[in-house]
Amino acid sequence: MQFWATVLLDGLTYASYLFIVSLGLTIIFGVMKILNVAHGNFYAWGAYTSAFAIGYISDNDYSEALYFPAILLSAIIVGLVLGYIIERFILRKMYDQDIHLIVLATFGVFLIFEDLIIIVFGVDPYLPYQPAMMLGWVDVAGLNRGVYQLSLILLASVVAFVCWFGLKKTKWGKLLQSVIYDREISEAMGINVTAVYVITFIGGAILGALGGAYVAPTTSVSPGFAIDLVVLSFAVVVIGGMGSIPGALIGSLIVGILRAFAVHQAPILELFVVFAVMAIVLIIRPEGLFAPPKARKI
Amino acid sequence: MFKDIFKDTSVRILITFMVVLCVSASLVLPEWMQNNFLYGLSRGLAVLGLMLLWRTNLISFGHALYYGFGAYAVALSQKYFGITDILLRFAIAVIAAGVLGFMLGFILKKYREIFFAMLSLAFSMVLYGLLAKAEFLGSTDGMSISPSTLLGMELTREYLLFLIAFFVICTAVSIQAYLRSTLGHLTTAISDNEIRVEYLGFSVEKAIHIKYVISACLAGGAGGLMAASLGQVDPDSMVNWNVSGELVFITIMSGSGNILAPFIGAIVFEFIRTYAFEWAPQAWQMIVGGTLLAIIFFFPGGIWSVLEKIFNQGKKKNVK
Repeated sequence: MQFWATVLLDGLTYASYLFIVSLGLTIIFGVMKILNVAHGNFYAWGAYTSAFAIGYISDNDYSEALYFPAILLSAIIVGLVLGYIIERFILRKMYDQDIHLIVLATFGVFLIFEDLIIIVFGVDPYLPYQPAMMLGWVDVAGLNRGVYQLSLILLASVVAFVCWFGLKKTKWGKLLQSVIYDREISEAMGINVTAVYVITFIGGAILGALGGAYVAPTTSVSPGFAIDLVVLSFAVVVIGGMGSIPGALIGSLIVGILRAFAVHQAPILELFVVFAVMAIVLIIRPEGLFAPPKARKI
Repeated sequence: MFKDIFKDTSVRILITFMVVLCVSASLVLPEWMQNNFLYGLSRGLAVLGLMLLWRTNLISFGHALYYGFGAYAVALSQKYFGITDILLRFAIAVIAAGVLGFMLGFILKKYREIFFAMLSLAFSMVLYGLLAKAEFLGSTDGMSISPSTLLGMELTREYLLFLIAFFVICTAVSIQAYLRSTLGHLTTAISDNEIRVEYLGFSVEKAIHIKYVISACLAGGAGGLMAASLGQVDPDSMVNWNVSGELVFITIMSGSGNILAPFIGAIVFEFIRTYAFEWAPQAWQMIVGGTLLAIIFFFPGGIWSVLEKIFNQGKKKNVK
């Protein structure tokens, strides 16, 4: 009983942050058909910026209440700046190119921004533990867990709800869906597809950065920590179905809980299970478990 | 298949290039360059394998699977059987990767485009996940490999380079022979129109399967040679996804025009990396990434297309 509670709780926490990051990735893929390796950059930059902001607030003895706006703000700034730069100067020139070339170009971007982090923030790890300390610990089902870690689950639920509401209930969401469905027809109907692309990419970037920014206080932020996350979020997106939002939710739950189970039961299989599931899903249902049905185009 | 193969211009250029490279590396060029040639030629084999797939419009984002598998096969054969002979090492790496590629090929031959890339990524990460956590294989520290021997004799770096160049010539000539055969000509036909190839009476899946196994063997051999020349295997520099990304990058940088292109590309890559590392140790990835973007934007045909242009210009001037 205790064991399953641990797995479930750790899995949920882990799944929450995977979900936030992968959601950005899957939205970008759904709308723009781009597999964005540079998504890891948003995550890493978000984490570094928020770690820096938290350190700054704590060093200058500003109010502790500023931590959360600072985290949110750093995610938005990183997403806006990096997202805009990458979309405007790299991707916009490549939309009609081969999909593999675009993946490679984002890989190039990933390498560049990985090193820029070291140049801007240095090689020493950041430990922005203050917000997690501030919220303290709590007993859940007999397990002592940080309130901050648990608040990740709340954040993920809020993000999921906002996303669902925005997509299904607003005019903007409908525009987006029509672009996902058919780019050319949408353009002919008068939708400014370029604008939709920019906004989508920036939105996805902000989500990626938010994942990093919010996770920063729970870990040590050091160079190269985005490398593992890139493939993990790829696994999530592939398992759920590339471009599907409920897919990202299910995918991150599967990956999160499986990984938590492996960590507690057989640590040697920690990464293995995730990618084994990814391979199995690709073999059985290549479009992913929750891929949106594709209408045949003539 | 091998009839008149030595009359082929590409083969002649390749052999001349390798001989010139070996002679100048041992007589003229400074010694540190030998390492770059060693790594470049070894990695070039893997790139040649990726180039074959690329010609059918398949890009594998998981070729580090075979690269690392070959390298670990060499490491394990040394650990358990004490094998250090370079000929055996190369053979073991090629066969191990080939068998794995043959098995996974049954699944992968049905996949195209992004699904092919993703499934090969998944397979390679499965191996990475195991290797990074397996303590008896050294987990993330990997294993060290003792220097290679040849028929019981110790090999110097210089002779290792000659041997690797010899392996490269043999392999690349066989690949050229394959490309000139009917099966090889199917390569581009499949990327143009699969259905027509089927109507002509060839099995597309079979052709892709064979090509996939060849490409896996090449990547495995490359990993084995790389392990032998580095003296070290570890999951992060052999099997992780960014290694696959690097290999694909070199493929695009080389261009698909010729069997020599991958080796030139891989050597150029080693030099970019060495210089970038020396000039800006914190930012070498940035320089590599910038090169990648520059190639995609300005030289989509890769280095080979640039070389071809230079040579063709020379020819035209001669005609005048």
